Amino acid sequence: MRHLVSAADLSRDDALLILDTAEELAQLSGRAVKKLPTLRGRTVVNLFFEDSTRTKTSFEVAEKRLSADVINFAAKGSSVSKGESLKDTALTLQAMGADAVVIRHHASGAPARLAQSDWLHGSVINAGDGTHEHPTQALLDAFTMRRHLNPGLGNDLAGRRITIVGDVLHSRVARSNVLLLNTLGAEVTFVAPPTLLPIGIENWPCEVSYDLDATLAKTDALMMLRVQRERMNAAFFPTEREYSRRYGMHGGRLAKLPEHAIVMHPGPMVRGMEITAEVADSPRCTAVEQVANGVSIRMAVLYLLLGGATASDTNSTNTSEAAK
Amino acid sequence: MTSYLIRNAQILGGPAQDVLIADGVIQQIGADLVADAEVEIDATGLIALPGLVDLHTHLREPGREDAETVLTGTQAAAMGGYTAVHAMANTFPVADTAGVVEQVWRLGKESGYCDVQPVGAVTVGLEGKKLAELGAMHESAAGVRVFSDDGKCVDDAVIMRRALEYVKAFDGVVAQHAQEPRLTEGAQMNEGRVSGELGLGGWPAVAEEAIIARDVLLAAHVGSRLHVCHVSTAGSVEIIRWAKAKGWNVTAEVTPHHLLLTDELVRSYDPAYKVNPPLRTAEDVQALRKALADGTIDAVATDHAPHPAEDKDCEWAVAAMGMVGLETALSVVQQAMVDTGLLNWEAVADRMSHRPARIGRLTGQGRPVSVGEPANLVLFDPAYRGTVNPESFATRSRNTPYKGLDLPGRVHATFLRGRATVLAGALVEPGEPA
Repeated sequence: MRHLVSAADLSRDDALLILDTAEELAQLSGRAVKKLPTLRGRTVVNLFFEDSTRTKTSFEVAEKRLSADVINFAAKGSSVSKGESLKDTALTLQAMGADAVVIRHHASGAPARLAQSDWLHGSVINAGDGTHEHPTQALLDAFTMRRHLNPGLGNDLAGRRITIVGDVLHSRVARSNVLLLNTLGAEVTFVAPPTLLPIGIENWPCEVSYDLDATLAKTDALMMLRVQRERMNAAFFPTEREYSRRYGMHGGRLAKLPEHAIVMHPGPMVRGMEITAEVADSPRCTAVEQVANGVSIRMAVLYLLLGGATASDTNSTNTSEAAK
Repeated sequence: MTSYLIRNAQILGGPAQDVLIADGVIQQIGADLVADAEVEIDATGLIALPGLVDLHTHLREPGREDAETVLTGTQAAAMGGYTAVHAMANTFPVADTAGVVEQVWRLGKESGYCDVQPVGAVTVGLEGKKLAELGAMHESAAGVRVFSDDGKCVDDAVIMRRALEYVKAFDGVVAQHAQEPRLTEGAQMNEGRVSGELGLGGWPAVAEEAIIARDVLLAAHVGSRLHVCHVSTAGSVEIIRWAKAKGWNVTAEVTPHHLLLTDELVRSYDPAYKVNPPLRTAEDVQALRKALADGTIDAVATDHAPHPAEDKDCEWAVAAMGMVGLETALSVVQQAMVDTGLLNWEAVADRMSHRPARIGRLTGQGRPVSVGEPANLVLFDPAYRGTVNPESFATRSRNTPYKGLDLPGRVHATFLRGRATVLAGALVEPGEPA
C-alpha cells in the first residue's frame, strides 16, 4: 500500500498489522530516548490547509520519533494564501523531494485527488479531509478500544459493540470509524438527531438510533463526537440545551453503561454540552489516552508506508530496533 | 456556392438514397441521381440527420475567452453535427441587454460554422431581482425568444411569474434552471448514498423538483410557455409528465451526460464529473431515458460548459461545475438511447433537431431532410467505434468525462445551409474549397 486516504483502503490484515506495529512502537514512549532511526534521510511534509493542533503535533512527534526530516507547511501565510493551487503546491513539494505528505484539507476528497494525480510521487496520508475521512483517527480509536476490550497482538474487535454519538453528518471521524470498525468485526450504532445523520446511512454497515439511553446498556465503547459551534445556529437542532439533554453524556448515563465500557472522545471536547466534566474527567474516559495512542498509530502508519516492511518482518524489526 | 452529391445516405424512414445539395437547398433526393455536382460524397453506411439544434450551449464570449469563444464553440458545434446553438446568457458582461445579445449574434454570423441564437437573461445581472429588458432583446437583431438565468434559478416566485407573463407578448419562453437555493447551499454533488459516504455537500433531488412543481403551476396560471433546463431526477420527470397531461405548455430538456453517467463516478473525486445539476442515481438515469423515449422530455441539450484546465485540474471542492458536450452529444445519445433500443434515429432527429428548433422558434432549422428544405444536415456514421481524445476537440476546453472512453458513432460531415462545415470528420474553413 502506498497511500492511506480512506479507512476503506485497509483490509483486516492491513489494519491488524498497523495496530500490532503501533503496539510495538508504543513501548518507545516509556524509554528515555524516544527515537528510532527508521526514517532517517526521509522527508515528510505536514501539509495543513486547515487549523489543527493535536493532529499536526501528533504526526510531527511520530515523524520525529522515527527520525524523519520534517517540514511543516501551513496554508496560512504561505503561497496558498496568495492563491496557489493544490496542484502547484504539490509540484513544489515533489520538487523538494517529499517522500510522504501528510495532508489535512477543508475539502473532502483533496487527499484522494492528490494520491490519484501525478503531481506527487510520495505517499499521501490523509490527516482529515472536510467531512469525509480521518483514517488515522479511526486507527487510534480502534487501538484504544482493543487495549481495553480485547488486548493482545493479532486480536480484532469481533463482536464488540461501539456506539458513536453526535454529529455524524459532518464527522470525518465517524465515517472512518464505521468503515474500520466494521472491518475489525465490531458492531457500530450511530446515535444522533435525524438532522445530523447523512442521507443514505441505511446503507452503511451500522445500526442507527435516535435514543441514546436505549443503547447504553449494550455498549462496550461509547464514542462522543464533537458538535461544532456553527452547527448550533443552523437549525440542525433547536437549542444547545435540548441537544445536551437528549444526546449529551453525563454521570447518569455513565452509570447505565456496563462496568467495562469506556467513553471516548476525539477532542476537543465541548464540556457541559456534549459531555459533562464528571464524565470527561472520569477514569473511564479515554480522551487523553487516545492522544498518546495517536502518536503510536501515526508512527506505525509512517513506518509501514515508508519503510516498506511486510507483516512478517515488522515485528522483528521493531523489536530489534526498540531494543537498541 | 459548392454543390454536393451525397451518394447512398440512409434517409430517415426510408432506404439509402442520393441527396443533391446546391445553392443552400436540398435540390433532389432519389436513387442513382444523375447530377453535375462539384463534390461527390460516398455516404454508404452513413445516416443523414437534420442539422442538430442545441437549446443550451455556453459559448463564454464575451468575458471568458480563455475557456471558449463563439468561433471555437461553433466549430465544436459543427464537429458535433449542430447547425444551430442557443448561447446561454451567463457571460461577462451578462447577456441582459440588446447590445450584448447582438454582439453574440454577430460573432456567430461571422464564425460561419453554426447559427448562434443568443439566450437573454431573465433578470438584470442574473441577480433574480429585476427583469432585464426582455422586449428590447427580442426586438434586437438577435431576435431573442428564449430567456434564462441558467446557472442561477429565478427563485423569487413573483419575478418568475412576471417573466412568464411578459414574454407572452412576443411568444417567448422562460427556460428555468430549477434549483431551490436554500436547499442546495454548499451542495457539491447529488445528495444520496454516495454524498453521505464521501462527505460532500448534497444537492437533493427535491431542490429541483420543488422549483419545477412551482413553475409549471405558475406557467399554467398565467398561460405561458415554460421550458425546464437539464432535468436530472425521476421526480422531475413525474412532475413534467403530470403538467403535460394537464395540457400545459411545458417543455423540458435532458443533457447527454445525465442519460449516461451516475453519481457513483464521483467516488473518484475527479472534477470532470462535477456538473450542475449533479450526476444522479442509476434510477434517475433510467427514468430520464424513459421520459426522453416517450416524449415527456422533449429535447436533448448539451449544457456544453467549457472550463480552462486550471478550473478543473484541482481538488473537487474548488473545481468549476460543467463539462463540454457538443462534440460527444450524438455519440452519447447513440450509446444511451439508440444502442439500448429506446430511440430510433427518427426519434433522435426529433429530440435533437425538430423539437429544440420549435421550442426556440427557429425557422429554417430543425427541418426534415426533404427536397426544398434548407440544406442543414449531418452525415453520421453509427458503426464507427473510437476512443474519445479531448486533444482532438475543436472546443477550446478539455473538461470531458469521456476521455479515454470508447463511444460509438462519429460525425462525418455537417452542412449549414448547403455549405460543408465539416467533411470527412474535419473542420472546413469558411471559404475553403471543399
